[in-house]
Amino acid sequence: MSDRGNEKSGIDPARRRFLTDTLRTVVGVGLVALTLGVYQRQARALPATTIRPPGAGEEEDFQSKCIRCGLCVRDCPYDTLKLAELGDEVALGTPYFEARSVPCEMCDDIPCVKACPTGALDPALTKIGEARMGLAVVVDQEACIAFQGLRCEVCFNVCPVRGDAITLNYQHNTRSGKHAFFIPVVHSNACTGCGKCEKACILEEAAIKVFPIALAKGMLGKHYRLGWEQKARAGEALVSPDTPHEYNLPDGMSYEHGGRGLIINEEAGGAAAPAPQPFSSNPLDTLNRKGGL
Amino acid sequence: MAVPERPGAESIRVHGWWYAHRYLILRRASQLLVLALFLLGPWFGVWLVKGNLASSLTLDVLPLSDPLVLLQVFASGSVPATAALIGGVIVLVFYLLVGGRVYCSWVCPINIVTDAAEWLRRRLGIKGGAHLSDKTRYWLLGGILLVAAISGSVAWELINPVSMVFRGLVFGMGLAWGVVAAVFLLDLFVGRRAWCGHLCPVGAFYGLLGEGAVLRVSAVDREQCDDCMDCFAVCPEHQVIRPALKGADKGLGPVITSGHCTNCGRCIDVCGRDVFVFTTRFNKEPRRAVAGANPKSEVSS
Repeated sequence: MSDRGNEKSGIDPARRRFLTDTLRTVVGVGLVALTLGVYQRQARALPATTIRPPGAGEEEDFQSKCIRCGLCVRDCPYDTLKLAELGDEVALGTPYFEARSVPCEMCDDIPCVKACPTGALDPALTKIGEARMGLAVVVDQEACIAFQGLRCEVCFNVCPVRGDAITLNYQHNTRSGKHAFFIPVVHSNACTGCGKCEKACILEEAAIKVFPIALAKGMLGKHYRLGWEQKARAGEALVSPDTPHEYNLPDGMSYEHGGRGLIINEEAGGAAAPAPQPFSSNPLDTLNRKGGL
Repeated sequence: MAVPERPGAESIRVHGWWYAHRYLILRRASQLLVLALFLLGPWFGVWLVKGNLASSLTLDVLPLSDPLVLLQVFASGSVPATAALIGGVIVLVFYLLVGGRVYCSWVCPINIVTDAAEWLRRRLGIKGGAHLSDKTRYWLLGGILLVAAISGSVAWELINPVSMVFRGLVFGMGLAWGVVAAVFLLDLFVGRRAWCGHLCPVGAFYGLLGEGAVLRVSAVDREQCDDCMDCFAVCPEHQVIRPALKGADKGLGPVITSGHCTNCGRCIDVCGRDVFVFTTRFNKEPRRAVAGANPKSEVSS
């Protein structure tokens, strides 16, 4: 930049330099900030096999509170929790675990939550059974041997919330015709996402896996109403009144749908007159009956 | 003004090598001690200190938290729990007293990397480089808080080399060695003290904390200065020396008051004439209060 050039433009060289420097700094820092912003959006996408410690809540909220100090990792007595290193897909320095390697042992005193200085792991969580780290999903029904009609039930049996988080649904085995399928079914109202089922699954690649809840849960459209729930709440059908169905039955008979079924002779005045039976007790009567069978 | 390639030669001749490196050795010891305290647990099962520089718990009672990280949490729209706040206040008060950038020169692990780069740069005679304003760090500091506010996430900690390296050493490096190498090369080739002196927003934050610090370096014997330039050569923020050392005509006191001074004490080390001492910011006397406070220099002079 020659002096003559500056004279031409009429700008004081010191001022020009100041403006150039400031502009360059602002643009540079702006680019860094923008890159950082984009990078952190990516870092928010949690890989499917990555489970946060108990009490972590939603990923967005967690990442605004976690200061990446690793105190939860230090206080985890089973070395379940790890701190994401540079190169891992998880946001750098944040705690996570992978159920298939080391699942959460669900300590009663929840030391990881107690260790958290910022409340990123919610201190209100005092009962580990209420933790929702993730949700187990039977992801591969083709590989799970229960769906082949084989007895396994390992996931059901290792579950720390046994009988609540995973139940067995008995279904008829149509292949053999005489056996039952023992189908594992996960219930989100009890599953803590500890991952013991995924760890214990006997397959080479687990057929039941724990995913972050946001990934595992479907959601019914908010406008949906389930008729029977609405009916139970209101005490009557809301759309149109229930009309009793009328059946065309012989005298002395009625039918209660969804209840007792066929009711014979209940209102005919008791035992006074035995009702005429549609079929005689004597088989000869049928044989001797006139007309076709 | 030529900057000496091997600053401190006179001091070594006058004081001996150890005395001419006393603060440097103390600083390295301090940096390694902090690291060692955190590593005692994972390596040897002696849990004196848990966590890392972002937040730690010492002897299961003393919480310490990085105020800048907490500031980012606030900016992201969350309020950290009490334990972190107490820890943050303790650290804040400590650095307000001793000078914020004491963190940089006595604690931060990156300091060893950038000091090494600076040493090599001087020995290889690498000059010049990109022109970076030393105000850039304030823009970056503002930038990272802005990103935290907009994104609702402690985003800077995704890439912060300072916390990344310390956490890496304590918990597992991953690819963080690449970041160490990047900072080293930046300081070696792109510009003198490019990271710590121009870019690092952590240093900028602690520099602001240190503006009113009590513990300061003072050029008490500035009349003794023979303009050898050794202190300028070693000082990581050499703009802070001039007002104190050469400001007598302008009526400026001998105390280095800038928050950028890291209180590393290297100027005290390399000065063959014992111009500098550690003192408080209130000690504005241009001459030493007690003559012969440093008997060793008297013997050798």
